[in-house]
Amino acid sequence: MNNYSIVTKDLTKRFGSFTATDAITFEVGQGEIFGFLGANGAGKTTAMRMLCGLLKPSSGEAKVAGYDIYTQTEQIKKRIGYMSQKFSLYEDLTVKENIRFYGGIYGLSNQQIKEKTHALLDRLQLEKEARQLVSSLPLGWKQKLSFSIALLHDPSIVFLDEPTGGVDPITRRQFWDLIYESADKGVTIFVTTHYMDEAEYCNRISIMVDGKIKALDTPAGLKKQFNAESMNDVFLQLARAKS
Amino acid sequence: MRTIFFILQKEFLQIFRNRSMLPIIFAMPVVQLLVLAFAANYEIKNLSIDVVDHDGGTWSRQLRDKLTASGYFSLYHQSANTAQAMEDLETGGADLILTIPRHFERDLVRENEVRVQLLVNAINGSKAGLAAGYASSIINDFNRRIRLDWLALDEDDAPAHFDVSYRYWYNPDMNYKYFMVPGILVVLVTMIGAFLSGMNIVKEKEMGTIEQLNVTPIRKIHFITGKLLPFWIIALFELAFGLTVGKLVFHLPVVGNIGWVFLFASVYLLVMLGLGLLISTFTDTQQQSMFITWFFLIIFVLMSGLFTPIESMPPWAQKITLFNPVAYFVKVIRMVMLKGSGWADIRYYLGVMLVFAVVLNGIAVWNYRKTV
Ligand SMILES: Nc1ncnc2c1ncn2[C@@H]1O[C@H](COP(=O)(O)OP(=O)(O)OP(=O)(O)O)[C@@H](O)[C@H]1O
Ligand SMILES: [Mg+2]
Repeated sequence: MNNYSIVTKDLTKRFGSFTATDAITFEVGQGEIFGFLGANGAGKTTAMRMLCGLLKPSSGEAKVAGYDIYTQTEQIKKRIGYMSQKFSLYEDLTVKENIRFYGGIYGLSNQQIKEKTHALLDRLQLEKEARQLVSSLPLGWKQKLSFSIALLHDPSIVFLDEPTGGVDPITRRQFWDLIYESADKGVTIFVTTHYMDEAEYCNRISIMVDGKIKALDTPAGLKKQFNAESMNDVFLQLARAKS
Repeated sequence: MRTIFFILQKEFLQIFRNRSMLPIIFAMPVVQLLVLAFAANYEIKNLSIDVVDHDGGTWSRQLRDKLTASGYFSLYHQSANTAQAMEDLETGGADLILTIPRHFERDLVRENEVRVQLLVNAINGSKAGLAAGYASSIINDFNRRIRLDWLALDEDDAPAHFDVSYRYWYNPDMNYKYFMVPGILVVLVTMIGAFLSGMNIVKEKEMGTIEQLNVTPIRKIHFITGKLLPFWIIALFELAFGLTVGKLVFHLPVVGNIGWVFLFASVYLLVMLGLGLLISTFTDTQQQSMFITWFFLIIFVLMSGLFTPIESMPPWAQKITLFNPVAYFVKVIRMVMLKGSGWADIRYYLGVMLVFAVVLNGIAVWNYRKTV
């Protein structure tokens, strides 16, 4: 794969004397589903925020969609979608109003907004709830809506920070169906999760411990490397090695 | 431009969907103005006065009657005993003492000049100011009539015996409400401008939606404009609404052109919105932002000349008021509404306000940029 979506080299973020992300280096290919694993506080969100242009790195380099994260954040922003760890649609706006707002600020025309709204509601089967406030939706639906809105402007990469946290298994499954659909269309997926079954769905995964990437391979490759039965074992071995 | 339109649309949806917002916009001005009217009535009508009359002649009695007939004063004690009157003042029985000297009548006729003494209990500063203002204005009037009627003096020849500050001068009915209502409107506009705008921006941080906005190509300046503009509009509407209520309920006079008030308010609001924005860059929750804004507004309002005249503040405090935007607006709105001031009178203050707006918004935007 020559055509990388994300390339980082020794990307580092320090908060004072504390190093949250410690010289991470990796590449993610176009259309790949890249799992970003790690225990709480490992530095996943920090790394993701640097890649999205929300946080200035302390040192190291990175390119997202071919653009430099220090100097070309404006170009990057047009080409990425982001779902933050905190739910970030407007609870006091309806489903439709949220779609319209985000479509609008990404510069879609009224006609495009109309078509996309229709397609999105149809895909998520949310037509009946279109005029309801987002606050009234169950969490799983909110997350699916949030994901779809992050894709509204046809980005080439989406960053998902624990998109399925607290969501029931069935809805999680549906959520991953949405992820696969997008990946099939060539969208690069960069996703963090704490669910090991979800890790198995990824093309490749990296496991972070204390800000460093300790392992990076396909799920099958990792299991072989660590001589483990499941991804859970791999994860535990790495986390134990730390203490 | 289109981006701003989408933000504005979202903001207005959210503002009007917020259950506490409509009562704030419509109930607050009415309640504040009505409560004020109640307080104002209390202060005007119930001033009690002790008259210490050392003369006891016809004219001194006339002066006394004129004071009580004005409706502002009621006679508490009438005696020739200064000690008794001082005690009344100390115990709070009397709000002020008028001392008429011995030979009041004789000196007035012979020398054309006489001094009366007015002692005011100044524990309540604004009440004292009003009491002194009313009393001296009535005495002044009495004085002028004597000169015209009995002494047949030409008004221009006689020296002015009393000086009444312009605030009462331009409020000939001496109506406390006329003086206070414009000031209260300033406070209303200020609250909408500084409080609501700051809280509105911090809310995005608190909810986490700001993260989502920051990954969109939205320009910061568009975001800020879209967030602040609704409150600029609402506050100006609030001013119009409050003026209408003042007109209908209190028959508030508008001597000057009300357009100047709106022109000044539109610039003044930029200052307040800038303040809200600046505070929002320092705070992470709506509560923090509310407390900090409250802190500033209390100082601004207390030192604005709304309740205590700036002229009666100590010199260092007067210097501080030069940096108080609220003081400027209180002054200008009273000038235009009560005195009929126009462009030539307000342009200096408008210029000061523009400088404030540019500086404050400059700092706020610069600070906002740093915080990604
Ligand atoms: N702005 C900040 N200032 C100081 N420390 C920070 C800041 N942001 C994050 N950290 C610290 O950096 C470390 C990594 O945080 P991060 O949010 O990246 O972890 P994470 O892997 O996403 O964890 P989780 O699974 O809980 O979401 C944590 O110890 C956190 O306290
Ligand atoms: Mg995280």
